Amino acid sequence: MDFLTIIQVLDSTVRLATPLLLACLAGLFSERAGIFDIGLEGKMLMSAFFSAAVAAVTGSVWLGLLAGIAASLLLAGLHGLASITFRGNQLISGVAINFLAAGMTVLIAQDWFQQGGRTPSLIGGGRFGPIDWPLSETLANVPVIGPVYAELLSGHSILVYVAFLAVPATWWVLFRTRFGLRLRAVGENPAAVDTAGVSVVGLRYAAVMICGVLCGIAGAYLATALQAGFVKDMTAGRGFIALAALIFAKWRPWHAMWACLLFGLLQAIALRFQNIDLGGVVIPVQVMDALPYVLTVVILAGFVGKAIPPRAGGEPYVKER
Amino acid sequence: MTLMKTLMGAAAAVALTAGAALAEPALIFDLGGKFDKSFNEAAFNGAKRWADETGGSFREIELQSEAQREQALRRFAEAGANPVITMGFAMADPLSAVAADYPDTKFVAVDVTWLDAPNIRQIGFAEHEGSYLVGMLAAMASKSGTVGFVGGMDIPLIRHFGCGYAQGAKAVNADIKIVANMTGTTPAAWNDPVKGSELTKAQISQGADVVYAAAGGTGVGVLQTAADEGILSIGVDSNQNHLHPGKVLTSMLKRVDVAVYDAMKAGENLETGVFNMGLAEEGVGYALDDNNAPLISDEMKAAVDKARQDIIDGNLKVVSYYENDSCPAINF
Repeated sequence: MDFLTIIQVLDSTVRLATPLLLACLAGLFSERAGIFDIGLEGKMLMSAFFSAAVAAVTGSVWLGLLAGIAASLLLAGLHGLASITFRGNQLISGVAINFLAAGMTVLIAQDWFQQGGRTPSLIGGGRFGPIDWPLSETLANVPVIGPVYAELLSGHSILVYVAFLAVPATWWVLFRTRFGLRLRAVGENPAAVDTAGVSVVGLRYAAVMICGVLCGIAGAYLATALQAGFVKDMTAGRGFIALAALIFAKWRPWHAMWACLLFGLLQAIALRFQNIDLGGVVIPVQVMDALPYVLTVVILAGFVGKAIPPRAGGEPYVKER
Repeated sequence: MTLMKTLMGAAAAVALTAGAALAEPALIFDLGGKFDKSFNEAAFNGAKRWADETGGSFREIELQSEAQREQALRRFAEAGANPVITMGFAMADPLSAVAADYPDTKFVAVDVTWLDAPNIRQIGFAEHEGSYLVGMLAAMASKSGTVGFVGGMDIPLIRHFGCGYAQGAKAVNADIKIVANMTGTTPAAWNDPVKGSELTKAQISQGADVVYAAAGGTGVGVLQTAADEGILSIGVDSNQNHLHPGKVLTSMLKRVDVAVYDAMKAGENLETGVFNMGLAEEGVGYALDDNNAPLISDEMKAAVDKARQDIIDGNLKVVSYYENDSCPAINF
């Protein structure tokens, strides 16, 4: 494997890790506040459809992004309503959102565009184009640094940079602000937060809404940056891999980034080298595909440290009377 | 209770007579969905053509899961639909279980040729022959001497496509490099355009400048990325040249529409048995229209048409992947 191939694999890693990272951070906010969310997949899918649909109709990818975020927020609100206000089961609500999104997207797409549950292909301003960093052309020929700068760092769509900037932002919000402290507390011991006179319901809704925004960006990235339009079920399980990454990262932002990059790298390697020959032993491509889940189970089983979810996660808060 | 029974009986009787009165054909789409711009959509187009020409109507269902296969077959057979047309190799097992229970119903199985039942019309396509022709075109259009193949789910049928393609490419240029990738091993591989895009980018970085997608909905991502990156792509099943005019070299046509149309036209008097649709029967071929005419030169067309004639005459043999589960031109 030469240097250029490594750069290309890493480049592909960044592209594949971006939707995972956004969804993973989305889940992080929600679960840190005590709301389990397996509806990440559904929110991404809904956003992917609405961003592509609006971008196709208006020709503006930014309006598409807004529409995607709005659609995702709507589902997030629904999840909040079911699991915070009405204290329903959070897992069931998440599953329902996934089904709702899978069905509604195709149905609406068929009604609007009559292309069999797709949106028309996006052209020109309907997509997020790559952003070339200054001097990337000139520097491309410099050995080692050139390819890293021109191929790996430059030339991604703006949402990729948004995703990676969201990592320090998440860390700062969660661990350096009063809001973040309360948000984490509400996931560990909501009664204490309530006693302090802070609204548990308000905080949880805020977390769920942040989750909606991030899922919205992830979906829009899939449909309008990586692809040029919506295809049914195009999230293809990425919301669940993001959940696996979240557990793998033990609900911490920087670890989440590394977990998503690792899972992205595994995918990129699997796509680039179908069967890996390690001196006589051939690793089939399926092993790479399954590895994220295997790693997550290993972590959950407590072999490598212990993954302890927020203590109040999954439980609706009932005020004592 | 008795009233209930009477009502139920009446309802059942009405349902039965209604079913018997209309011997409509029924069409069962595979998991890819009716509008996959490819295999299933071709079937739908055939059925629509029949409906437009005869004024008839047909029943249809898009399968959502494996468990629905047998259920859908039985539902249609019970409802008196005749013939019941099924799409895809995965219907073979449910069909062999169901067909014997409904001896008066004729079934049509597209992409299945190995069942032993008197009331099934089994239609196989010589995909390797059509793929051979587009493989030749790919090799002639390639400037880098490297061509790519992106398959959907890793099943023998898709390897069959890839094998014919590789043989065609090698026939033009014995030194050509063929990069072949499969998207996955589960049915999700038919609907993952993001993965299709990444595979295409990986193949481009390995030098490929023509990529053949035999991957259902995933192929949309392959064709899109190929157009974005300025290389040529080859569509599959339906004519996909129009998706990116001037950027899609050609499409490997699999005339599923003709097969479905013929079956619906024959109706209840359908002939059963095993039918093979190859180049001679115009069951497969390559697409040439206004969108890709500038890409196909006269020499290319002449070479491909000659190969086509040779295959029909038996002077040229394209090895099928099914013969011994391996391909002489490429290792998957």
